[in-house]
Amino acid sequence: MRAAGLAVVAAVILSVPFVAGDFHTTLMLPFFAYSVILLGFNLLFGYTGLLSFGHSLFIGIGAYAAAFLTSKFGVMHLEASLLAAAAAAGLVAAPIGALCVRYVKIYFAMLTLAFGMLFYSFLLKFYFVTGGDEGMRVLQPFLLAFDLSAMPKIRFLTGPYYYYSVAVLAVATFVMWRIVSSPFGLCLRSIRDNPNKAEFLGVSVKRYRWYAFMISAVYAAVGGALLGPTTGQVDPNLAYWTHSGNIVFMTLLGGFANFFGPLVGALVFIFLQDTVMSVVPYWRFVFGAILAFLVIFAPGGLMGLLDAQVARWGEKARHVGAPT
Amino acid sequence: MMSHILNVLLSGVFHASILFLVAAGLQVVFGVQKIFNLACGSFYALGAYVGVSFVQAFLRAGLPPELFVLALVAGGLCAAVVGPVVERGLLRFVYDRDETFQLLLTFAVVLMLEDAIRMVWGTSPLSTGGLYLLYGQVRILGVTVPVYNLIVIGAGLLIALLIGYMLTRTKFGRIIRAAADNREMAEALGVDMPWMYVRVFTLGTVLGTVGGALVIPATATMTEMGIELIVEAFAVVVIGGLGSMRGAFVGALVVGILRSIAISTYPELEMLLIYLIVIAVLVLKPRGLFGEVGV
Repeated sequence: MRAAGLAVVAAVILSVPFVAGDFHTTLMLPFFAYSVILLGFNLLFGYTGLLSFGHSLFIGIGAYAAAFLTSKFGVMHLEASLLAAAAAAGLVAAPIGALCVRYVKIYFAMLTLAFGMLFYSFLLKFYFVTGGDEGMRVLQPFLLAFDLSAMPKIRFLTGPYYYYSVAVLAVATFVMWRIVSSPFGLCLRSIRDNPNKAEFLGVSVKRYRWYAFMISAVYAAVGGALLGPTTGQVDPNLAYWTHSGNIVFMTLLGGFANFFGPLVGALVFIFLQDTVMSVVPYWRFVFGAILAFLVIFAPGGLMGLLDAQVARWGEKARHVGAPT
Repeated sequence: MMSHILNVLLSGVFHASILFLVAAGLQVVFGVQKIFNLACGSFYALGAYVGVSFVQAFLRAGLPPELFVLALVAGGLCAAVVGPVVERGLLRFVYDRDETFQLLLTFAVVLMLEDAIRMVWGTSPLSTGGLYLLYGQVRILGVTVPVYNLIVIGAGLLIALLIGYMLTRTKFGRIIRAAADNREMAEALGVDMPWMYVRVFTLGTVLGTVGGALVIPATATMTEMGIELIVEAFAVVVIGGLGSMRGAFVGALVVGILRSIAISTYPELEMLLIYLIVIAVLVLKPRGLFGEVGV
């Protein structure tokens, strides 16, 4: 059942460039990038119980790493960008995470927010390094050492880059699935549910939170590096606190209690935003109202509603390896 | 040299007065309702826009321009209607929820108010024109200061004193402190909590909207002014300590003056410096300088 479901989803995703137009195909690209980001975010939020309100910090690091490599150093390989993004995020996350995991709840959220804004002001003010509010260009990268610069941009995005992103997301999903199903993932859940008991049972709570923080940061940076090539541009708003808010929003929209919930949230967020913006320019108002509704009436998100519906139909609710 | 320092100090204190008002709104709500209200910045923005509209209507009605401050304050007070609406319409459903969801709900209010402002007032900046210098300027030790800045600083101090008086000397203030200390006990002793929450949240909103209305003659409205100010107010309350009024006062002075020093000496450091201090405070003294709330 689960394998069949995954196969259907995979078939749909792989066939999008053939059936949908260029426009909707390119809309899928940020979905892949945000999916990678959200997989990492939810390891911290859904599985470990830590709300980061500064995740845009690591998205920004990843995106700017790709921008620096392609437009400043002339390193065009996307693999190099992804590795550099992951390495940079890991290096930055190690000390920041070590500090942040000493706190929980609102203090954790505030500390991560402060670090995110610190990086944002750096990007904005040190324009001689980062280009200030104009940001930096991300050049069309080589994929697997193939120089595709002769290809028109839209062909590149809807063809090779699309499948490259799918592959990155597939690997990221597989690895994250292994992480959350491992004893390590179980420890994280025990920390979320009862840190004192976990500590008593021999789980080093801070150390595990720290690991989760770093994994989550690396995921955010890899996703951030994937964001750049689509628009060809990165700017400091990627690191602004409202961007972190949107990440939390997507997670809640899909449902943080479900492994695939955040991904559903990202998909709905991106396509709904596009639909609303084509009708009225006030997408924030609509989205704010949706968020308020979710928080008050459906904190489990779309997957939560779906699960409840499935349960009501008399079937066993099939949580896909969900933490409940 | 002396006059340069004074100039920097005065502009810092001006900014600090406004920051104090918004941060005080944040503190009173956090103290009693235990909700970190991200929408405080949006209330500030709303106050600014309503203030501008009130002043424009005031001038169109042919009333004496010298009294425009009254129109501003009236605008700020009227904008605060949004407070009880948000509290009764949204927040009251989530008091017993995890604070993550409370934070997100206030983020939803931020998103909605930002676009509501765009719908009503558009995206181009609005200002009150030349009214800023209407009261003239004075020279203090060789520094030229607009009198309006001094009025705002005075208003900030006055409101700080009033809040202090209210919290320590009045019945309402005693109930606020009791509720902040132990909600169940206060309720058991007969405090009508829902009514209390409405009043406290409205107080928090009024502080924000009046702050926004007062700042506007010195600058112009921008649609992003709310989300920009909330992170500064956030720095203020972290430095001062969550939930503490004295903390909001000292924190506002620290942030306002540091920002002003950074702008005049090394502008690149402006916000960077403030966040570095926020992080240092959170790491070394997570309760802030005056915080009483446990970590």
